[in-house]
Amino acid sequence: MQLFLIVAGVSVVVFLMLRMIPGDPARLLLGEFASPAELTALRQQMGLDQPLPLQYTMFVKKMLTGDFGNSVRTGTPVINEIFIRLPATVELALAGMLVATFFGILAGVLSSVFRNTLIDYCAMAGALIGVSVPVFWLGLMMIYVFAVELRVLPMMGRIDLGLDVTFRSGLLLLDTLLDRNPAAFKSALQHLILPAVALSTIPMAIIARITRSSMLEVLNQDYIRTARAKGMEERVVILRHALGNAFLPVITVLGINMGILLGGAVLTETIFSWPGLGRYVVDSLMGRDYNAVQACILIFAVMMALINLAVDLIYGLLDPRIRVDE
Amino acid sequence: MQKMIGLLIAVLLCFPSLTMASADTLIWGRGGDSVNLDLAQATDGESIKAGIQIFENLVKFGNDNMNVEPQLATSWSISDDGLTWTFNLRQGVKFHDGADFNAQAVYDSFARIIDPEHPFHGYGKWTYLSLSLKYVTKITIVDDFTIALTTEIPYAPLINNLALWLCPILSPKAMAEYKDQIGMHPVGTGPFKFVNWVKDDHIVLVRNENYWGGPPKLEKIILKSIPETSTRLMALQSGAIDIADDLDPDSITLVKKDANLVIKENASVNIGYIAMNTVKPYLADVRVRQAINHAIDKSVLIEALFQGLAIPAKSAFAPSIWSYNDAIEPYTYDPARAKALLQEAGFDFTREIELWAMPVSRAYMPDPVKTAELVQAYLGAVGMKVKIVRYDWGAYLQKTSNGEHDLCMLGWLGGNADPDNFLYGLLSADTAQTPGASNVALWANAEFTELVKKAQKTFDKAVRTEYYEKAQMIFHNEAPWVPIAHTTVIRSFNTRVQDVPLRPNGLNSFEMVWKK
Repeated sequence: MQLFLIVAGVSVVVFLMLRMIPGDPARLLLGEFASPAELTALRQQMGLDQPLPLQYTMFVKKMLTGDFGNSVRTGTPVINEIFIRLPATVELALAGMLVATFFGILAGVLSSVFRNTLIDYCAMAGALIGVSVPVFWLGLMMIYVFAVELRVLPMMGRIDLGLDVTFRSGLLLLDTLLDRNPAAFKSALQHLILPAVALSTIPMAIIARITRSSMLEVLNQDYIRTARAKGMEERVVILRHALGNAFLPVITVLGINMGILLGGAVLTETIFSWPGLGRYVVDSLMGRDYNAVQACILIFAVMMALINLAVDLIYGLLDPRIRVDE
Repeated sequence: MQKMIGLLIAVLLCFPSLTMASADTLIWGRGGDSVNLDLAQATDGESIKAGIQIFENLVKFGNDNMNVEPQLATSWSISDDGLTWTFNLRQGVKFHDGADFNAQAVYDSFARIIDPEHPFHGYGKWTYLSLSLKYVTKITIVDDFTIALTTEIPYAPLINNLALWLCPILSPKAMAEYKDQIGMHPVGTGPFKFVNWVKDDHIVLVRNENYWGGPPKLEKIILKSIPETSTRLMALQSGAIDIADDLDPDSITLVKKDANLVIKENASVNIGYIAMNTVKPYLADVRVRQAINHAIDKSVLIEALFQGLAIPAKSAFAPSIWSYNDAIEPYTYDPARAKALLQEAGFDFTREIELWAMPVSRAYMPDPVKTAELVQAYLGAVGMKVKIVRYDWGAYLQKTSNGEHDLCMLGWLGGNADPDNFLYGLLSADTAQTPGASNVALWANAEFTELVKKAQKTFDKAVRTEYYEKAQMIFHNEAPWVPIAHTTVIRSFNTRVQDVPLRPNGLNSFEMVWKK
């Protein structure tokens, strides 16, 4: 129900927002070199000569049957255009999230355990830099260092040109494994490293800080003292007792960040020539490709809602006191 | 766990697998992806760059100039009434799918654009029909290798239109098979065959071994989308790509300093201009318009805003187009003369004039806002009060075509390199009718219009040249525009790439290119 309301709300907002932007989309599409007859024809073809409510009704009707219309620019069904790009974005977001989670939690735990030591200061200074450094600058610097100077990692794309991969899931790491093609797997992995690291810096920093504060809170609790008092190994105290309980706020942040990564990878995708959905949205927006933008935003909304749902469910798993149905 | 990660990193670092393009593969980095490879439907440069390797036309432009040469037609003639063009077609040519090239293929390729009854008509959007086959009313197959096009009026620029990307010859077999998806599966007769296309990433083309002009030297061309200019530059510098398109002026400066890289330049076929609305009473006096021409220092605009990558304009089209009138003496930068002319014309200096600045940058106007500010300052210096006005692009084009502005900036890329494209399209009385005027100066000069219309119907190039030279002189004297600049087209590439052609419109097929 909640999911439905969100998607319905988003669809109205998106529909209206795009049409409230000033300017004639037909004129924008055809540019300064088009004749009036060509403009009228295109407006008719796009349904722009119809009243707004009618345009919206038509849009919802089609959407419910999975038909998001054809891209105004390419003439192909928008849904196809989205499905060839979505896996690239998902793969990058997952990889970014993996890096962010692993190193973020590691830094957070270390700095809480070694509070007010050099390790803590370094980790938190790193986190501050992580949230502050602009992604486009960091991305370009990484390309310069690792791809141009050291030449150890590729600078662009998802895989070496000329390596053939069978399209199964669209996630290249998975597809190359299923193909049993180690060379292609290695190439795909190498291509993923720089963009994933660039994408991970902001969530990594946020995760590190949340983990640290959450851990500090937990480490002062009585049961931690009890665990230590009964002679438990420090590693077990930290990882099982403290981290397990400090994890709830971290999960929330992970959920929010996953949503941001899926929708906000535009800059990273642009810098690393990553053929994903973020770039497609921007290109479609620039080209006033209504159908494409609408469909992408709706898909982002659904993904966001699903992630929130997943976070709620995970809460229940992690903390039996929380019940989803209450 | 740590060991495994350590091992993974070690493996990755020990075996860098960075690809440098091999000697017979050309990797061509560009700012965006293609949209539709059926060039008759293409409206963007990125589609044309790829499609022009695959498709050929009846005629083509020269490799480094805009002179029309035979391609799939070996020769042509025009009937005495100027209405029928007969083309003799090249024999023994095959499409990439093995189908024969003949008059039927030409018929289907053209008829689908102009004939709503043609079975392939519904498979595409023919957006730029007015630039291609607009006046063609009938296509006749004379025999297997002869085709005739009949036009509604005698229309000399048709031959240039046919050389434009908008008139490609496609395999009828492929058009029937792929229907509205032909733009994703292009099949032509050109030097390179389409292999595959990963959207937003790359397009792969391979050598057409059976190319009628002999197999091209490169085995493969990969057109790679690299949207970020800095990444594209670094890719060029590191050798990951061979050619980088659309670099910004700062990047071009770096390319010039790099011994491994080289730049080729050519004059473009575009123009950026400021149109003066001649219908407004305060701009109707020719002396006012001449004064505005004298008040602006184009060399400063070009140095500051085009970073030197342009030449000042004095006519309505670029010197790379035939019949350019070089005898025109440009209006010199002379504020004193401008002031005197304004006073002589009785110009009301208290009146505020609107200068409309384009909201988007184009090759012909890279920084419209700064251009507007400079022009405002120049006109202020001769006593004119100028207000800068901005609208979003859609509204801007609409309002200027309604003649709502005083001064507006615009530009034009005359793809077919025919003077008619500029002089008739942008300056004749016919196109000065609002709404929907493309002559946004709304300048309706009877003598000028008569000359350019006569030229449309004249097939003798020498006579046409004479008409156009006269027309340009009238344009210069009447000054409906301040012609600002023609930009330079640039191609940046690695020194190992040889024989790179560069047409003034920047669109070439690469059959002659090879790598050391």
